[in-house]
Amino acid sequence: MKNRLKVLRAERDWTQADLAERLDVSRQTINAIEKGKFDPSLPLAFKAARLFELAIEDIFQDE
Amino acid sequence: MGNDSGMSWQQQNNRNVRRLGMWTAAWLVSLAAVFFGHKYLWDGNQAFTAGVVAINVVIGGFMIWANKQHLQGLDELQRKMQLEAMGLSLGVGMVLGFAYSALDSTGVIPFRAEISHLAVIMSLSYLIGLVIGVRKYQ
Repeated sequence: MKNRLKVLRAERDWTQADLAERLDVSRQTINAIEKGKFDPSLPLAFKAARLFELAIEDIFQDE
Repeated sequence: MGNDSGMSWQQQNNRNVRRLGMWTAAWLVSLAAVFFGHKYLWDGNQAFTAGVVAINVVIGGFMIWANKQHLQGLDELQRKMQLEAMGLSLGVGMVLGFAYSALDSTGVIPFRAEISHLAVIMSLSYLIGLVIGVRKYQ
């Protein structure tokens, strides 16, 4: 699954640690999601969508 | 960010790790006290030994609870890595444990198969599993 987390994070000038703190996960988890090594659960994807005020499909796309 | 207790996720996670470390240390000390005390402190008194074993089991219960709290506090990737490491540890423990026991029962090895050896193998395989997990998702 592809995602735009890195771009959205960079637009807000947030580090991985900043985003991790906002989503209540570890920095390693953010890194793994950004690199496509780990697909987040639906609740975490919804949480990210709420944080960025976007629809889930605007952040995560099926490859 | 934050929760009912006012702590961030990371702070709560750190607290869970410290609590688990504390109960694990207490459990190990109480287990050592069983053997040390039986031999050097109460001169083999079985009632004393049974009492300290009971205390050890109670402390072990708290350690299990602390471990459960720790696992529940982890995020989804960390839980996945823990699950994979524990799966490896359980599998290795089962396979090597029974093989080791068979070697002992059939007299192939000249010494007794001890449960402590199995604990070491399972701990090492758990640690290896965690390292593999961390590298896999780096």
